[in-house]
Formats: sequence, structure tokens, C-alpha cells
Amino acid sequence: MLELKGAARHFGGVRAVDDLDLKVAQGEIVGLIGPNGSGKSTAVNIITGLLPLTAGEIYYQGQPLSRVPTHRRLQLGIARTFQNIRLFGQLSVWQNLWVAQNSPSDRARRGFLSRWLGGQKGVRAEIAELLEFAGLAARQDELAANLSFGEQRRLELARALAAKPKLLLLDEPAAGMNHEEIGQLRERILRLRSRGITIVLVEHVMELVMGVTDRIAVLNFGQKIAEGSPAAIQNDPLVKKAYLGGA
Amino acid sequence: MDFYYGLAQIVGVHTLLGLSAYIVLLTGQVSLAQAAFFGIGAYTAGMLTVLAGWHIVPALGAGAVVGATTACAVGFPALRVKGLMLVVATLAFGEGVRLFFFNFDYQVAKGGIKVGPLGGEGFRQIRYFPEHGWTTGEVMVFIWAFVLVAMAALWWFDRSRYGAVLRAVGEDELAAQSVGVNLTAVKVSAMTVGGAVAGLGGGIYAHYTTHIEHSNFNVLVATFALAYPIVGGLSNVFGTLAAVIFVQVFLIEGLRDLGDWRNLLFGALIILAMNLRPHGLFGRRRA
Repeated sequence: MLELKGAARHFGGVRAVDDLDLKVAQGEIVGLIGPNGSGKSTAVNIITGLLPLTAGEIYYQGQPLSRVPTHRRLQLGIARTFQNIRLFGQLSVWQNLWVAQNSPSDRARRGFLSRWLGGQKGVRAEIAELLEFAGLAARQDELAANLSFGEQRRLELARALAAKPKLLLLDEPAAGMNHEEIGQLRERILRLRSRGITIVLVEHVMELVMGVTDRIAVLNFGQKIAEGSPAAIQNDPLVKKAYLGGA
Repeated sequence: MDFYYGLAQIVGVHTLLGLSAYIVLLTGQVSLAQAAFFGIGAYTAGMLTVLAGWHIVPALGAGAVVGATTACAVGFPALRVKGLMLVVATLAFGEGVRLFFFNFDYQVAKGGIKVGPLGGEGFRQIRYFPEHGWTTGEVMVFIWAFVLVAMAALWWFDRSRYGAVLRAVGEDELAAQSVGVNLTAVKVSAMTVGGAVAGLGGGIYAHYTTHIEHSNFNVLVATFALAYPIVGGLSNVFGTLAAVIFVQVFLIEGLRDLGDWRNLLFGALIILAMNLRPHGLFGRRRA
């Protein structure tokens, strides 16, 4: 589904992501972990196209992505959430989901004719379903800026889903969450997988990563230092060294 | 009574000018080029009625189309730059257009006198209304018909999904891109719609003043265009109208008796208004 081949992103002399190879298969949940500054968020940014590649190539469903602008990648089915929440604060919860409906079928539905043939009903029904999924149905008319932190995180997830993605990139979705919220998030992620959405989960919270992923890739200083099943990664000496330091 | 009709005409035209900046501001872009589009619409419509003998309505439409086309053409390169750089780029464009009109001569003889734009002297004798025997009241109704249609259209546009997308872009371009919004398309369309509204306003302006010149489209006018939606707030189009009434009726006309003190008070009252109503006169109180 997604393949990074020698993907690199350098900022001047800093190699935020360097020569990264990563394959994600259809329907998989792949964890991307690593210490702070190891290049995880940069990896998400090069996959969505917010940052151009310095070298290498990214393939999505066999198609090279490096010349595809960000909004086109979303239409191909690649959606994301942000580590530091980036909602449209002065729009309502409902509107946040409304503006994010940009999948090809949504765009077709916005055609002049289909709109009169009941396209709007589909829009409302889908937004209602997303609100239900995120547990925000009661808050739909609230400004996004007025939501609590946990609600904002849920709205970010719902907004990414509004475009009916095939591949979902979650950038530290559990940051700042308590134990109970992490449990709910985990349940949501598994529900998404059962719908056939492929997920790349960038996360620090091991409780979540170890519990839901099929496979984990570990980054350190922009390079992949290990890859394998959650159990194998937990016992990998290189990974321990990267996290804990020392010899 | 004519005084009040005249005042209503000014309010109408400035509302269109403010709305042209409003729509661009929604996407978070600060454009100082609105006065230029206003001027382009004014010259286009004026030349069509005076030199080509067009009826006023298609002439105003042509002014709007030319304003929109220019704005679209300016939008593509200009919107690649952001923030202060965009302010400078649009300012440069606006001044360029003003200087073009300063040097623009295109006069033809009509009935023994020469009419048409004459450089620094300006474009005199845009006398469509008096020649056709329109009273000030009729002109006012005519102008307000356009203003109300433009306001209604923009109000509807604002409430539609397009409006929400414009605001989303204005709030966070990175996030908007990431949810599939084509930033260039959105910004250029906002600029184009803004150019059309400014061009329409300019065409109307040319006909009610009957005399336009380059200085009618200078930076001060561009600043006013921006100030209306900012003072009025970006919640909806009525904020811009309220700000135009506040500035044109209350500040400029209402304080006329104060003579030179007016300019001092003018600034002070705008600062006061913005402090008391930081989200604009009509701004929704937000989180």
C-alpha cells in the first residue's frame, strides 16, 4: 500500500529522516516509534507532502507521490492527524468535518446536479456518523476552540476520517491522554482497522503502540534501527540503547 | 434630502469596496490591491458608457468582469507570498495601477469636446446619470439595488460550504491542505470574487461622482477597504456595512462641525471602537 524507498528529508545539515525504507501493507497497523527528535513527525510530513523529499521516493498503491501536492494525496486516500492539534478553532465542530469532506465521491456529490438530487442528505448523514464515532454528537454546534483537550483530539481523528481515507497517519494521538482515554482511543483504532483502513501510528505511549500494532519500526536520528513484531522490538538491544542510552 | 441620498450613495459604494476586502480577508490574506481593482472597474465602466455609449448596467458588469480578471491574474503570483510580503506585493501592484492611470490618455472628440481619461487631470464628464435625467434619489435606489444583491450573494456564499472552506484556510493553511483543500484554488477564487465586487463598486463610483482620477484609487482608499471589514468584524457581511456607516456617516459627516479636530477624533474613535469591540462592531464574541 505504502512504500518508502530511501526516503530522506534534510534541513541544512540536519538529517531529520535519512535513507528510510518502510513498507506498509493493506490493512496493517504499523507503529512508528523512536525518541524525541528521531524523525517520526518528519516522516509523516513527507508522506503527506507537507515537506518535500530531499532524496528517495514514496510509492502509494504503486504510484510515486513526490510530485503530488498535499491536497491531491488526501484525495488519493492519505489522511492524517496532527501531534499539536490543528483544528479550525473558529468553525463549529460540524463545520470542521464539513470542510474536510474532500474524497473523490464527496467532490462528485458537490456537482451542481447531484446536489439537487439529494447529495446534501448524504453529507449530513456522514457527518452525523462521524460525530457518533468520535462521541461528539452533543457538541456539534460548539466552536472547535471551545472543546476540551480530549474532545479536540477526537475531533481531529473524525476530521481525518471525513475524507474516507484508505491510509490514516496518526501523529501521537495519545499525547496528553489519561489511561481511560487511551483505552477508548485503542478501541477506536481497532474499529477503524476492522473497516479496512490501513494505519501508521506514530506514538510515544507504549501502552497503546504495543497493544494495537502488527509491526513496529523504530527510528533514531532519522534512520530505522529496528523493525519487527511488538514483542521482538521490546527485547531488541538496539532499541533499548536508543531509548535508555548507555552502552 | 439630496444630501442624505448622496450620503447613502457613498455608503453603498464603500460597502462594496469593504466587502471586496472582506472576502479576501476570510482566507487570511491582507490585500492592499482592492483600490486598484476598484479603479480598474471605475475606468472600464466609465469608458464604456462615455466613449462606447453603452448602457450603464452592462458597463458595470464589464467593470466587474475586468476587475475579477485582473484580480485573478494578480492572485496567482501574489498569493505565493504570505503575510507582510503579500501586503508589500499588493501595495506595489496598487501603486502601479494608480501610476498607470496617472499617465493614461485616451480621449476622443464627441460633440465638439474631447472626452475620456486625460492622465493626471483624470477622467471628467462621466455624465451618464445627468444625461439620462436620473434624479439623485433614483441613482441612490439604483446603487443600493446592486449593493443589496452583492450583500445577499456574499451572505449566502459565506453560509455555504465555500465560506467555511475560506475560513478554514484563513485559520490554518497547513491543516486545510491536509484535509484536502487546494489552497491556490481557494485563495485565487477569493481574490477573483473580491476583484469582481471591487470592480462593480468602482464602476458605480465613477458614475455618481462623474469625475475620477488616479488619486481616488490610492493607498488611503486601499487602507479604508481593509479597515471596514476589520473594524466591522469578520462574522458576517453586516459587520462591514456597519463599519462603513460608522466611518462615513458618523465619523466623517457627523463630526464635520469639528473642523480640524475631526481628523484627530477620527483616529481616536477608531482606536476606541476597536478596544471596546475587539472582534469588530458586529463580531461574535469568541473563545
